[in-house]
Amino acid sequence: MIELIKQFLMTFADTFYDVIPIITIFLAFQFIVIRRPLANPIKLGIGFFYVLLGLTLFLMGLEKALFPLGELMATQLTSSEFIYDTPSYSDIHWGDFYWVYIFAFAIGFSTTIAEPSLMAVAIKAHEVSGGAIHPWGLRISVALGVAIGISLGVYRIIVGDPIHYYIATGYVFVIFQTFKAPKLIVPLAYDSGGVTTSTVTVPLVAALGLGLASTIPGRSPLIDGFGLIAFASLFPMITVMAYAQLSQWYADKQNKIKQEESK
Amino acid sequence: MKSSLLNFLQACLNSLRDLLPIVFVVAFFQLAVLQQPLPDFFNILIGLLLVVLGLTFFIIGLEMSLFPIGETMANALAKKGSIFWLMTFAFCLGFGTTIAEPALIAVADEAADVAAEAGIILANADAKESYASGLRYTVAFSVGFAIILGVLRIIKGWPIHRIIIAGYVLVVTITFFAPKEIIGIAYDSGGVTTSTITVPLVTALGVGLSSSIKGRNPMIDGFGLIAFASLTPMIFVMIYGIVIGG
Repeated sequence: MIELIKQFLMTFADTFYDVIPIITIFLAFQFIVIRRPLANPIKLGIGFFYVLLGLTLFLMGLEKALFPLGELMATQLTSSEFIYDTPSYSDIHWGDFYWVYIFAFAIGFSTTIAEPSLMAVAIKAHEVSGGAIHPWGLRISVALGVAIGISLGVYRIIVGDPIHYYIATGYVFVIFQTFKAPKLIVPLAYDSGGVTTSTVTVPLVAALGLGLASTIPGRSPLIDGFGLIAFASLFPMITVMAYAQLSQWYADKQNKIKQEESK
Repeated sequence: MKSSLLNFLQACLNSLRDLLPIVFVVAFFQLAVLQQPLPDFFNILIGLLLVVLGLTFFIIGLEMSLFPIGETMANALAKKGSIFWLMTFAFCLGFGTTIAEPALIAVADEAADVAAEAGIILANADAKESYASGLRYTVAFSVGFAIILGVLRIIKGWPIHRIIIAGYVLVVTITFFAPKEIIGIAYDSGGVTTSTITVPLVTALGVGLSSSIKGRNPMIDGFGLIAFASLTPMIFVMIYGIVIGG
């Protein structure tokens, strides 16, 4: 119990230390530039305390429950004993790694659903769009994007292709979709690329990439282990725009049916 | 009192629902695929309880503080009508939130190891330290620049896709000139810069600003700041790699 409290205080201090620059900037601008007292300072203070407390408990819990297990799992799934029943790789075929792809997909999807910053953006988008963008629709399409992105990124590490071919192709897709998708969704879709990868996803995904790159001969963990986050930030843009395109297509179809019925 | 307790429990249930997929995935892979028992079941249970409570407090605090702070700040600065202060604020917010970001510190340290192994810098602690902090300042500067650009876009009403496409073209072009070792890190640095506290603040800033400027639509103009903040670090980190390695 004492151990737990000590851990709590240390994590809390770390989190607090990280937000000191933000607090300083806000207070400085509030009192020097805007020169007005804060509205509702007590409520803001309590809310900010909740944010810190929440993040602290969240990180502590992840450290305790998920990260050790998830990281161990990533290492075990990518080890040659698991894939070939032998301690070394003789002839590598990308198809042999099917459990790794499934794991990459599943862990990408599930960690994104639990990502607090994505929840924040989904709440805001729901509010700003007047309810047109459903939080779950956004979160599920982003999570699918991360899942696809990480699986593809894992495939790239296994076959050893240069990363920029994939990223450049993804960009072409994004640009093409930008001109086809409903205008309202485009900025939100662009944003969803950046918000997906924070507290929960990064440590687990990094462990997966490093595990793969260090077990496959010819890959360097320092060079090939990177790049999964880039995939996880690119594909949500594509899936979020696709989600909007599909919803629009569906709505158009319903309208057509209604029009035909009213004739 | 009773209703707020009920609300809190409801929020806890929502958090639990958000976490169920991870629990399911981890349990399935541990028990069915790797066929190993769950180690330390009690600790995992405590950990999950903490995660659920943490997520709940974060979401409640978000609506009480981070969203209102970001929006009132944007409103006040827009009312003041000083482009200079708005830009200064935008830069400070981007730079300040990024420089202390733990994920970025970790990535910068690993990048220094890569550079040392590739022989770009000397393989001693001093050289690595200065390379890593140079990289951190580069990324923080690029995020500050990104928020300035994003705020300017909201004020002027520029269409977002032109800037993003121009950014992509730059990323792809610079890739051909950048040292091979830095490319993976540069691409990743775009994703790691935006933390859990930065995202709500920056989103609220964009939405608040676009709703207080006449003729701007918060849905079209309010979002997009995060997109810039994930794009510019890729460009700046590769340039950093070229300058240091060249």
